[in-house]
Amino acid sequence: MAKYRCSGCGYQYDEAQGCAREGYPAGTPWASIPEDFPCPDCFVREKPDFQPLSDGDEPSPLSQSSL
Amino acid sequence: MNLNDKAHASDNTEAMSAGDSMWIRHKKYLYLTSLALPGLPILTAYLAASTGEGLWLWAYVSSFYLLFSLIDHLLGKDPMNPDAALAKSLVAEKYYVNIMYLATALHWVAVFYIAYVAGTGDWPWYHLLGAALSLGLASGLGLVAGHELGHKVNDKKQMLAAKLILACSGYGHFTIEHNKGHHKDVATPEDPASSRMGESIYRFVFREIPGAARRAWELEGQRLQRQGKRVWSLQNEILQPALVTASAYTLIVAALGWKMLPFLLVASAFAWWQLTCANYVEHYGLKRLKRDDGRYERCLPKHSWNSNSKASNLVLLHLQRHSDHHARPTVPYQILRDYDDVPVLPFGYPFMFVLAMLPPLWFWLMDKRVAAWAEGDLERANVEPAKSERLFRRYHKPLAA
Repeated sequence: MAKYRCSGCGYQYDEAQGCAREGYPAGTPWASIPEDFPCPDCFVREKPDFQPLSDGDEPSPLSQSSL
Repeated sequence: MNLNDKAHASDNTEAMSAGDSMWIRHKKYLYLTSLALPGLPILTAYLAASTGEGLWLWAYVSSFYLLFSLIDHLLGKDPMNPDAALAKSLVAEKYYVNIMYLATALHWVAVFYIAYVAGTGDWPWYHLLGAALSLGLASGLGLVAGHELGHKVNDKKQMLAAKLILACSGYGHFTIEHNKGHHKDVATPEDPASSRMGESIYRFVFREIPGAARRAWELEGQRLQRQGKRVWSLQNEILQPALVTASAYTLIVAALGWKMLPFLLVASAFAWWQLTCANYVEHYGLKRLKRDDGRYERCLPKHSWNSNSKASNLVLLHLQRHSDHHARPTVPYQILRDYDDVPVLPFGYPFMFVLAMLPPLWFWLMDKRVAAWAEGDLERANVEPAKSERLFRRYHKPLAA
């Protein structure tokens, strides 16, 4: 199961977890997420702005400085 | 160096003097002034009740704008930013959130106590109006803490407090509207919560309030549909705070009589008006451009108006460091930072709100600033279509032409 990270705030979409509070149950593959899916934390970036994560990547820290 | 590089560099390399660091740490106590927003109208209602002088019911709303503007002007600017290490330690302190929990409780005390004083005294209608506007102003300013709390979507306690404090004035749909709607569409012609150049606040409010309510309801409906739940259910996060408002208002009307219904409606309308003022000044005329692929360019620091006015930034929890807020919406208020080269308002919010209510003055002050921001090319500004011809004639002077 792959993970994808919001390039703005560092939120990670994990296919294994999904995002239940936004109505995407665990196991929802990234391909099934709509193109206009906004980051469910910051709502600033959308699906095309997410970056795929490889296993060793750490989430970005809170003070995301890259605007 | 462009704006992004500069912001990035200053975050990591800017050295703070001991004095700067001390000031930022000491600001923590000054944020307590935000509790005066509900505290002062509670005090003036108490004075009205104990002296029988109805003018006390007007005291808060009639003095707030000009007194706050004056203090804001006298105390000057605060351009200090915490460096990365200090920011990290400020984020870890629960104190900053606890102020907002206290504010949530105090704003509800204001609702019940001011309603009680208004409803049990033998006041003429014009003093009741003063009490309603004072309460509305307080509840409207309480939306600032509600806004801050409502961005912490992964913190159940803060999200609950957001619903409660927004419910004081029946604006419980704000969190959804603001996070998922406004932050996504900010500074585009489609955003009902971003004002356009040439659009007076009295025109804006009729686009903003219904547009924001509709957008919130649609977004929440879509979320519930994805979850396989009914829209009209207790899972609906717009209906939850609405029920809190309805219960409290019903209780007040049942206890104090029907005259409290117009009282509460006026108070809520005036609270909503405060948010309209904030939305009006925050992005006036600024526009994100559409890229070739049809998406808007991302929201950059240049797409929000800012102010470093010290007093209003303390009382309003750094809301005026608005560029950083839009760049990092999930970051807590105590570490929001200023940037160089962002659009700056000529005054802090309190006086900008006053000016917003006086459209000729507002246009005179702000339209030239929007034109300068757009480098004379009004195609790059968010212009009100009905005023477009006149504004283009006056301000459209692109450099290339």
